[in-house]
Amino acid sequence: MSHASIYLIEGELTQEQCARVSSELLSDPLTQTVDEGAAEVAPGAVLVEVHPLPGVTDPAADSVQLAIKAMFDVEVSVRTGSRFDLHGIDAATARELVERTCANPVVHAVHLEPFEPSEFPVGEARTFAVREIPLRGADGDSLEKLSREAHLFLDRTEMIAIRDFYEALGREPREIELETLAQTWSEHCVHKTLKATIRYREESGDDHASVSLVQGADARPHHELVDTGEIQINNLLKATIAAATFELIDEGIDWCLSVFVDNAGIISFDDDHAVCFKVETHNHPSALEPYGGAATGIGGCIRDVMGTGLAARPIAATDVFCVANPDIPEVPAGCLHPTRVLKQVVAGVRDYGNRMGIPTLNGAVWFDDDYVGNPLVYCGCVGVLPRTHVEGDAQPGDRIIALGGRTGRDGIHGATFSSAELTDTHADEFSHAVQIGNAITEKKALDAILAMRDDHSGCLFHSITDCGAGGFSSAIGEMGEKIGAEVDLERAPLKYDGLSPTETWISEAQERMVLAVPEHHIERLAEICVEYEVEFCDLGRFGNEDRSLILRYHGEEIGHLPMSFMHDGIPMPTREAIWDPSWTRESISDSRDPDESGLTALLSPDESMLRATSLLLAHRNIASKDWIIRQYDHEVQGGSVVKPLVGVGEGGPSDAAVIRPIETSSRGLAIGNGLATGLAADPYQMALASIDECVRNLVCVGADPDRIAILDNFCWPGCDDPHWLGGLVRASEACYDGAKAYRTPFISGKDSLNNQFTTEDGRKIRIPPTLLISGMGIVHDSERAVTMDLKGPGNLLLLIGKTGPALGGSHFAHLSNLQNEALPQVDLEAGPRNARAVAALIREGLVRSAHDLSEGGLLVAAAEMAFAGGHGIRISLDDVPTEGYADQIACAFSETPSRYLLEIKSGDRSRIEKMLGDVAFSVIGEVEDTDEMVIRSGRDHERISLESLRSAWATGCDDAFGVDG
Amino acid sequence: MTTRALVMTAPGINCDLELAHAFEAAGATVDSLPLMRLIRHPGLIDGFDLIGLPGGFSYGDDIAAGRVLATMLRIHLYPALRAAIERGCPMIAPCNGFQVAVQAGLLPGPETGHAWPESPGAPEVSLAQNTKAIFRDVWTPMEASENTCCVWTRGIDFSGETGMLPSAHGEGRFVAGDDVVSRLQANGQIALRYAQDSNFNGSTDRIAGICDASGLVLGLMPHPERFTRWSQHPRWTRLADEQRSCVPPGLAMFRNAVEQASGVTN
Repeated sequence: MSHASIYLIEGELTQEQCARVSSELLSDPLTQTVDEGAAEVAPGAVLVEVHPLPGVTDPAADSVQLAIKAMFDVEVSVRTGSRFDLHGIDAATARELVERTCANPVVHAVHLEPFEPSEFPVGEARTFAVREIPLRGADGDSLEKLSREAHLFLDRTEMIAIRDFYEALGREPREIELETLAQTWSEHCVHKTLKATIRYREESGDDHASVSLVQGADARPHHELVDTGEIQINNLLKATIAAATFELIDEGIDWCLSVFVDNAGIISFDDDHAVCFKVETHNHPSALEPYGGAATGIGGCIRDVMGTGLAARPIAATDVFCVANPDIPEVPAGCLHPTRVLKQVVAGVRDYGNRMGIPTLNGAVWFDDDYVGNPLVYCGCVGVLPRTHVEGDAQPGDRIIALGGRTGRDGIHGATFSSAELTDTHADEFSHAVQIGNAITEKKALDAILAMRDDHSGCLFHSITDCGAGGFSSAIGEMGEKIGAEVDLERAPLKYDGLSPTETWISEAQERMVLAVPEHHIERLAEICVEYEVEFCDLGRFGNEDRSLILRYHGEEIGHLPMSFMHDGIPMPTREAIWDPSWTRESISDSRDPDESGLTALLSPDESMLRATSLLLAHRNIASKDWIIRQYDHEVQGGSVVKPLVGVGEGGPSDAAVIRPIETSSRGLAIGNGLATGLAADPYQMALASIDECVRNLVCVGADPDRIAILDNFCWPGCDDPHWLGGLVRASEACYDGAKAYRTPFISGKDSLNNQFTTEDGRKIRIPPTLLISGMGIVHDSERAVTMDLKGPGNLLLLIGKTGPALGGSHFAHLSNLQNEALPQVDLEAGPRNARAVAALIREGLVRSAHDLSEGGLLVAAAEMAFAGGHGIRISLDDVPTEGYADQIACAFSETPSRYLLEIKSGDRSRIEKMLGDVAFSVIGEVEDTDEMVIRSGRDHERISLESLRSAWATGCDDAFGVDG
Repeated sequence: MTTRALVMTAPGINCDLELAHAFEAAGATVDSLPLMRLIRHPGLIDGFDLIGLPGGFSYGDDIAAGRVLATMLRIHLYPALRAAIERGCPMIAPCNGFQVAVQAGLLPGPETGHAWPESPGAPEVSLAQNTKAIFRDVWTPMEASENTCCVWTRGIDFSGETGMLPSAHGEGRFVAGDDVVSRLQANGQIALRYAQDSNFNGSTDRIAGICDASGLVLGLMPHPERFTRWSQHPRWTRLADEQRSCVPPGLAMFRNAVEQASGVTN
């Protein structure tokens, strides 16, 4: 197969100019050849061309236009494409191959002949008339029907509230008003499930193992115990996640600078600087077009950080993906193959993050076949900003300035789409909600915004936010919430003619920011935009007397809504939530078939523990993600201290990353995450375990547990059934309990609550309830950060924390096909105590290496430390501190939370033992000058070479990524 | 007297911060200026003693890495940059800067003893897609050429674990005809190579960086500006104190250049 890039150029160029464009601009004389016009297809070969559909972002075309303008001062239009000449197959097969690997009908057209259009399609200017949507007098059924047909995704009560509002107003809603309300009231924007009033009850059935939340519930904030043992929770988010933060602040945590109100949560970093963190999901777009979906996911999250306070500078990115296994038996129609999804989401994050110059340095991948219809793509971004720039508010009279990308029809209805449920026909119905990003447009905007923030005359703007879900409607609606705004929509620069003002208003075209700028700074702002090659426009002004949103088009008023109704008019219904452990267990029962892997015999006494350790190391969730990590520039900006891969040959998985946000200061920031989807059968334990894991990861690299802030990102299968909502309540309550116990305030969060896929035959595929906890922690001196690779023979291995018998949710249980095992429980006293004990040892310089015990358990962690350090290891399972009836299998493979494995110098042992006080610990082994791992259990010894362990870990994920990368 | 370094930024350039830090750590004062300002006021370049063309994805690198920015430099700034080199101003172009420099006629430059041409010449070397056609972020052991005239790498020990440098690119495979490679080798213009078995991008003759015949202008795919403190090294927690007693090689390169530039200034 051979590949060529195609450039279609329309414009007035001379023959000589064309020749120079071909030879100087479009091709490399040393390594490439160039043809003007379509090259002949070789005999026996077939040709397939892939071109972006009209309106799809085409960054290469933009570059060519810009360069030709610079070379000859001639304006041309350009479209690009790719050509594949394939040999030895027929045209139909070639087309299928290309469509399967590198074209997606959502954004690409595929041609079997050279595509040589006589002209490019252009949008047509349309005359516009204000359209009214008759709602008054409509009944609930017809309102619901209208909502669905117009893709508003407003429910019956919301539609009724809108109808009543307009009935009181004495007129019909205009189209643009209804669209504005649909955006503002979308689940994506307003979190209406998490903010609803919820009545929660427990139906324990035959299962009494899970913690009851009803007991003592009235002691919880905003909780009421009502008759018949139900709890009523007023605003779940406020009553749990946010309550923990505000109580911690009341108890004296003084380093939270901005929580839940801005685009990202902000904490103080040092006397002069603050850091902020935001994590988003971009699941539905990534299901349809993984490359574009993931790229715009990270792009949107970066914009959130750019729009935090008075603009933060992004300094790190994170990514966590949940996808189906590459060997899934069947991929339903309408879903992409998980291997393709994973490869392309990685490519999307890579191309956007690398181009933005933001190191992507922490992440995870979790494999489960129930993600086949709804892969999860979590993207996070950390930023740094001056402490003086943490807050900003638009002032009456400020100009509404939009800058960055132009507005197009792309991404219309993204906010409402993300709140809907996917079906096999969604790719056709919602392709306009999917976009391809252009990172350079965003990078230019970032450079310009930082120049405006740091201008010698002071910050040029009063407030800034990004255009995310809902586009201008959400951005301007939020900024003007308290003071009103007036917008002249014809002023927005468009990608092409033909957009209606409503489309302009709700388009979610990427790479756009909105700023509130005092009139007298506009001139300076314009100069900066010229220097940084950024386009901006003045869309109108903030502030009017009746605090309303007024939308105009060429002077005519086309929409007028009070801000109060937009922001406070949404009815908050009461929702029913039920917790029934057996219902949940059945609903999320493992869909995978572990027999395929031939491991069911693992528990038999003949199978060695070290063989099981190898198999666990090769488990896709645990195995090396080198293939992903190295595609990301995880060191750009030069701030890295602890990288994602550490040890000899960078051959070990780091628990978390550490960077220096301010290069001249050695103070560091650790960034990590916790994800415990294996415990989804009880979201309460799952959430606690995720918080515990996130804290462990951060502490292991040297973060101060008293300076850790965390974020919640819920991805739930749905909340239509009260049972799923019951699980969500439990997870939220655990967030409260965990944050309070660990003293780790939540500072930001986001939810995606409808992740189910309906197949052609009507079957629902639901994701397991998934909660990602992301965290950042201050490392007081990054020069004392710790990595997980063993450092020296003769050192001792210290295990902190007790090991319990529960194997439920563990990777060992999964590989061994153990069903219905008890789930491990987080001890909310031991967990925080252990974290602080480890941190104290690290602070004293007594820890040579540290690793938390997570996926796979003790032997996996020990093996990783050994091969990452290139030193042998000897461990006695008999010395593991236990509780309950933990047997040797549990000691080796249980995933009991709150445990750490530390390498210490033998000479420090007694000092450390004194420092540990009442923390459970034991020396369980030592580092040896060998190349093998030895374990002792009773009278048995087993040994295995480090190389075989390393190789199992290094290659375990190969099938997920495809051989060719 | 202070030594002034110019870090040129442009749309998509994103390694300007670490480049500025490296110059500052080596004792220079730094101005990061956007391309458009320099195009409007090329005379600004005359005020600097050192120049850095940072890495990144200039203008998106969507046609080919560095192509559009190189086109801009050829049209607007070649004379000012050439004049800077002629007056003895050291210049460094890591990664995307290297890709730009070879297409903008700044590297490998004229043969020893020849003057810089009036207008930029056609590219003689190329940085093509890595053999594995994928972006890769990796530290590699390096090898300094024995005969190099490069000012930046002068006297620096790149051997062993502590001499590694980080690379992060998808288009870094050095390609040039045999005649060009022999000429560069003979003139001492090959400054750095990837060590044996570390040629991850498939470069001809393992070439990682070249300089002009004066040794002032260095273009290289690795990022020495990302190795100015030991805790940037991927295995720094394993290195013994004595291994960390010398100046990190990245910083040493910038010190060489600042020293050279301040010699010229004084």
